[in-house]
This record gives sequence, structure tokens and C-alpha cells, in this order.
Amino acid sequence: MFQDSKIPEGPLTEKWEKHKFNVKLVNPANKRKYDIIVVGTGLAGGAAAASLAELGYNVKAFTYHDSPRRAHSIAAQGGINAAKNYQNDGDSVFRLFYDTIKGGDYRAREANVYRLAQVSVNIIDQCVAQGVPFAREYGGLLANRSFGGAQVSRTFYARGQTGQQLLLGAYSALSRQIAYGKVKMYTRSEMLDLVIVDGKARGIITRNLINGEIEQHAAHAVVLATGGYGNVFYLSTNAKYCNATAAWRAHKKGAYFANPCFTQIHPTCIPVSGDYQSKLTLMSESLRNDGRVWVPKTVEMAERLRKGEVKVSDISEDDRDYFLERKYPAFGNLVPRDVASRNAKQMCDEGRGVGSSGLAVYLDFAEIIKRTGADAVSQKYGNLFAMYEKITGEDPYKQPMRIYPAVHYTMGGLWVDYNLQTTVPGLYATGECNFSDHGANRLGASALMQGLADGYFVLPYTIGDQLAQTPPTPVTTQHPAFAEAEAQVRARINKLMSINGTRTPDDFHKHLGHIMWEYCGMARNAEGLRHAKAEIQKLRREFWSDLKLTGTETEMNQALEKAGRVADFLELGELMIDDAYNRNESCGGHFREEYQTPEGEALRDDENYAYVAAWQFNGEDQPEILNKEELTFENVKLTQRSYK
Amino acid sequence: MAGSNPNAKPMNLTLKVWRQKNRNTTGQIVDYQVRDISPDMSFLEMLDVLNEDLLRKGDEPVAFDHDCREGICGSCNLFINGRAHGPEAGTTTCQLHMRKFSDGDTITIEPWRANAFPVNKDLSVDRSAFDRIIQAGGYVSVNTGGAPDGNEIPVPKEIADRAFEAATCIGCGACVASCKNASAMLFVSAKVSQLALLPQGNVERKTRVENMVAQMDKEGFGACTNIGSCAAECPVGISLENIAILNREFLTAKATSNNLA
Repeated sequence: MFQDSKIPEGPLTEKWEKHKFNVKLVNPANKRKYDIIVVGTGLAGGAAAASLAELGYNVKAFTYHDSPRRAHSIAAQGGINAAKNYQNDGDSVFRLFYDTIKGGDYRAREANVYRLAQVSVNIIDQCVAQGVPFAREYGGLLANRSFGGAQVSRTFYARGQTGQQLLLGAYSALSRQIAYGKVKMYTRSEMLDLVIVDGKARGIITRNLINGEIEQHAAHAVVLATGGYGNVFYLSTNAKYCNATAAWRAHKKGAYFANPCFTQIHPTCIPVSGDYQSKLTLMSESLRNDGRVWVPKTVEMAERLRKGEVKVSDISEDDRDYFLERKYPAFGNLVPRDVASRNAKQMCDEGRGVGSSGLAVYLDFAEIIKRTGADAVSQKYGNLFAMYEKITGEDPYKQPMRIYPAVHYTMGGLWVDYNLQTTVPGLYATGECNFSDHGANRLGASALMQGLADGYFVLPYTIGDQLAQTPPTPVTTQHPAFAEAEAQVRARINKLMSINGTRTPDDFHKHLGHIMWEYCGMARNAEGLRHAKAEIQKLRREFWSDLKLTGTETEMNQALEKAGRVADFLELGELMIDDAYNRNESCGGHFREEYQTPEGEALRDDENYAYVAAWQFNGEDQPEILNKEELTFENVKLTQRSYK
Repeated sequence: MAGSNPNAKPMNLTLKVWRQKNRNTTGQIVDYQVRDISPDMSFLEMLDVLNEDLLRKGDEPVAFDHDCREGICGSCNLFINGRAHGPEAGTTTCQLHMRKFSDGDTITIEPWRANAFPVNKDLSVDRSAFDRIIQAGGYVSVNTGGAPDGNEIPVPKEIADRAFEAATCIGCGACVASCKNASAMLFVSAKVSQLALLPQGNVERKTRVENMVAQMDKEGFGACTNIGSCAAECPVGISLENIAILNREFLTAKATSNNLA
């Protein structure tokens, strides 16, 4: 029997209101007697830390960055969705809810998603009040655009830097609470373990990244807002430091990990240019509003292009295959991310890819430039075109961009109930770190929405329910569980430092990334997954016997930091493979080649797989236990997604 | 695997890199050779190559700050051949590519140099002074939940656009590193301008500018002498006009407010 997901009774539209009334409140005078640890200070963590401090709790916030303003939320380009219906175009809370459930291929909880759509409107108000400079119409009101294939204009934006402006808003709110002394901020501090006392999360163990000191921190509750795990693949659009260590350590201390195989591949990234490549850069999805995706019609033509025998301008219209427009006449180039990505891969697999590696398709702006002029295009996409030229040395005004899909976001994460509490009492997970709202595929402009919803408007209500049942007595690090956890952390660091082998952390990480991308990336099959599992187990043994580090653990040591993260990726990667192997269906970002329609589209199996797969750690080198949370749909009808 | 330009030849380079064990030791320039550098590599990828090489040989890799590698997080901060973020205008170090250099070049790589930015190790510096300046007033005092409907605060498009331009500061510190006085005026003015331009920031505009400037002075940044290197070297193009706005805001506040900060 699965643990209670605590979804409130009653009609969908009333659940959150009722729940807010039913959760216990902490007496205002008592709030200052509770300490809360928040790990990660991006959108979800920064917003939570600020909001909890405003309520009166004592917050200790942690980030491995030198400042909370560096979190990778900052890189989100496109925008943030909200069901404001400012455009009078038929949007509503229910429509945003419906689009999100459908976009997630019916693998998310109705109640969570509806609440997300409800609080989306408050987020915009909050951010505007903070001074976030959203795009405006000439009348001074907020502007919107349609995004990611949505049929209404509900996306709020700040040019192509929405994530930056929202993060700086949360950072300013957080800074204000730091100044008031309600948040104690620990920068360059990495969480390396969770401390559990009498079955409850009571603290964390951290490493100071400047001097290597190991520290113990106690609190009445711990909130993880540590982002996603896309860097399992080595190459992704994530920032270089993004990692799964905090979430994985919590998992090994009892927090279930849900739907780890649900990873999102973004269709429009700048392709890999060489083995030295350290990360992939996203080109905003908004480019697909005007760019046309194509490859040469024949393999021969593609080969000649790759060899440099012909130029892209030599290929006539008749010899081009605008494959998305051909296959999906209704949505064309605007099909959802998973569909666009798979089709690009398919073209390259057929041998029709372009660029010297053959792992790219064209995104062509010639038509819009001809129709509206280069100036108009520059107005819209100037910064993106400039970024493309900086990275590739090619001018997208003169020749089409080359793009290829890349890992971008992870829908899976720590399992949480309706209160955002994990299976460890007192431990919460917010933002990309949890699994809760995006099902098997996330829609564009919804990540910022979820991070801020969790941080500003959900957690501050739900965390009180647990705290009200916890005595307001001071917590300390006196309990032996702290010393024990610290000893484990130290032992692990010492082990890493003492292997003295020949391969660097990055070398292992790249190798892991190759395995994951090849067998657990855009398309998966049972045979490949079995093979990958064996490969990863082998790689993990090699890691622990052949890792090379230098320097010491008592100083700034970036290779040591990296090694710890890679060690955790090696374990998480295997669980992702187990999860992908278990899920005998295709849905959203999870495409199992054995399960597709005759047209090559994802084929769900609602009868057998309409559940959340929540994995439970069961000891080192033991298979994890699968717990199933059945998903029930009372307000939407499950249909085959079609974008034809 | 060749990149976008199959004709580009790999390069061999000499690097002169600042090495410093920690804040309390003195540092020095150390020479390294890197070989077969693709012109399509980013500058930081070239340093990755150096670091992998050092680690394999049993030496300590060069510590440097970086993260998003797409020019927005503001982490990367290298002083390359005497210029903040290197030779290409309007570009962070992570977006600088090796095609801007030539085979046989010698490249000098140093950390930001400013008293207010002590070196952590090698090329990594401590920029927490910037955070403390923001904590002194770089916000609108609004609690979560108390906001009116977004459209109840109309903002003329032109004002919103100017506020946005100021708000795009990435907090990298290139302005400080480029200034002969190590002044943080451009950084401080960007936040002051953003919030002074917007109606949301109006209520606290006097105390904000006074407190932020006071904190800036306390952190040990130098004074502004209107040279303008900061704006010239800013990777995201924060305009010098913001400093004029800051000066106006500051004088107005000092002349009219009762704040004694």
C-alpha cells in the first residue's frame, strides 16, 4: 500500500481552498521558535526562504554558488505562464490546468496541477510588485505572448531573459530577509548529507567549498530546492554545477525518487561541435514561431552537404523536406518539445542530418527575413541570433541555424505529497527537485511557474501543518545522528581522495553521459537498457578504483567537488535505467521504441502504467523497491495526444 | 570531430596563469602550454583542457568560477590579456571563443583585481560585497501575498524598457575590475536606476540609494572619476547613464531626506 499522497477531498476547484483552511497554523509568536533549512536558492528555494522568513520562521539558506543570484533559474529564456486571461482569448485556470495535464501526457496528479494553475496568477502580481520589469504594452499594461504551442497568449516575459529577472526578484526578497537577520545565508556551501533523528529530517551536513570544513546544521524542517538532474547526461543545457547530490543523499536516507526516467529533451539547441564540448546552449523555443525546420530530401544530398561539396544555399526548395510541416500540418513547427525532438533524431538516424557530424537539422529564417525584413527579425530575436553567431561563428541572417535536441529538464524527482513533503517526515522538495506537476513532459514557460508557485505560495502554507505538530523546542546538533552523518561524509571524501587512480572525474562523467544519451536518451528499448545497466555498473566499479584527484580536502578543490557529484550521478543513472525499463509504454519524454503507433507516435498504456513510479532505496547494491501511486483522473478524459 | 568551420586549424598556445593557494598567500604567474586547441572551443573549454591535463599529470587544476556557460549567471570572471572577459566587446568569458585568438599566441589570465574582491584561490574571487550592497536596499519591501493585481501598476513601455536594460546586470564585477579606482558605481547604479525608474520602487527610493551607497563605501570600493571603462567593458552593456541617475538620486536624497545613514 502506498503512502498517503494527502490529496484533499472534494471538487477539484475547491481542494486547495479547503486544504488551506484545514492545515494547522503555527501561532505567530511561536514561528520564531522554529528553524527551517532551505537548500538551494534558485527560484523555488529563494522564494521559499524569503517567504518563510517573512512569516517569522528562522531560515538557514544554503547554496554552493558564491551568491544566490547565480542559480540556473537565471538562464530560463522564454517566459512564465499564468492564467490571467489578460488577452481575453479564452484562457482560464481550468485551461492552463488542462493543457498542463495533457502536455504531461497524463502522468501528473490532477490536484497538484490545478493548484499550480490557480496560484499562477498570484505569482505575476508578486513579481510585478517586486519590480520585475516584465514586457509592457504601450498602454503600460503587461504584455503576453503565446509560447510552446499553447493556443492562448498566457506567457509573461522579460525579453529573452525572463528567468534572470524572476530570479533577481526572488534574490531581492531574499536579500531583504538576510538584511533583517531572518535568513542566515551560507554561500559556497554544499549539502553532502541529510540528518535524520527519530525518523524525521532534522538537519544537514555541508562542506564549505572555500576551506573544506565539514559543518553540521540542525533545524525543525529541511527544504530541498536543489534543481534537476539533467547533468547525468554530461552534456545538457544545465549549468555546469547542477547536480543531484542533495536529492540523491536524501533518497538514500529514505526519500522516494519518482519517475526518474522522465527527462525532457529540448529540440532547439546548438549542436555539439567537438569532444571538448562542456555544455549545450539552448536557443529559445520561440524561434520555432518563425523558423522552419528542414533537412535535405535525400541521404545523398545530405552527404554532399556534410562533406562540403555543396552549400546549403545550393539546395533548392524542391530538395528540402520541411518534415514537421509535412507530418503535422495542424501544428507544423510548433509541435511540443518531445515530438519535435524525436523527429529531428529520426531524420539524423535516416542519414539526412546536416553539419559535419550529421547530428543537426536546419532551422531556417529565410522566409521570415524575406517577408518582414532583417530588422524586424532582429527586433524579435536579435540577442539569440547574436549568441548563435558567437558560439558557432555562423551568421543566422545569412544561413540557417543548425540545431539538435539536448537534455534540458527533468520531470522526475523526489516524490512529494500534496504538501510537498517527501516520504521522510520534515523533508520537503520544491521546484525541479520534486516530481510533482509536469507528468512525463513539461510545457514551455511552466518551470518558472512551478518553482515560484512552490516557493511563494504552496510551501509557506503546507510546511506549517507539520511544524504545528512539532514542539517549538530548540533543535541542536547534539544528537549522535549528526556525528554519525558527519563521519560518513568524511569517510566518503577520504575514500575519494585516496583512490589515486588515473582517470579524472570529468572523464568518468563524460563516459556516463555517453551511455545515458545512447541508451536512455530520446529513444529507449529493453535490450539497450539492459546493456546500459551493465555498462554503468562496470563504470561505477572503475570509478571507485581508478579515480584521480590531487590537492587536499581541506581547501578549495573543484575536482573533489565534481567527483562527489559524479559518484552520485553514477547511482542515479542506474535508477533512471531501471525506471525506463520498468515503464513498458511510451509517454511524453519517455519513448520506448517497442511502444509506438504505426505512425511512430508515443503509445501510452493507461491501463497498466497510469501510476507514479516511486523508488525506494533498499541498501547499497540492492535493487530498489518500486512503489506505485495510482493516478486517477476525474476531470479530464485521457486521450491520445495528437498534433496532426 | 570538426566543428562549424572544417578549415579551422588547431592552435598551440602559451598561457600565463595566476596561481594563488588561498586568500592568505601571495600568488604568482605560472606558464603552461596547451596544444591542439580548436578555434570552436570556448575559452573556458580551453581551460578545461588545461585542467584535465594538469590533473592527469598529478598537478592541481586551476580554480576558476563558472557555471551556466551561456553568459547570464555572472559567475565567470577572468581578466584576459589585461581586459575583463577578454578581447571581445559585449561578451562574458564563457561566451568568448578561441577563434578570437591565433596559433602561437601567449595569453595572460588573471583574477579580478580589487581590494573588495579578495582572491579565494587562483582565479576565483570573493564577490560577496555585491550581495551585501543589494542587502542594504536593492529591493522593494513587499512581502509575499500582499501584491495588488499586476495590471493595477501600469508602467509606460519606455520606462519599463529602460528599467529592464538596467536590470540586466549579471553581477560579474567586470566594471570593478576594469576601473582604475575599483569603483562599483556601475553595479550599484544599475539596481538604483531600475528601481528608481519604476513606480514600485518610488516609496523607498531615497533610503535605498543612501543605504546602498553607504554600503558600497564600507566595502572598500573606490570612488568614481567618470572614466567610463566600466561601461565600455560591461559584457551586457549597462549604460554609463545609470551612474548619472545614481548621482542625481543620491544628491536628491541627501538634500531632502532625514535618513542619517
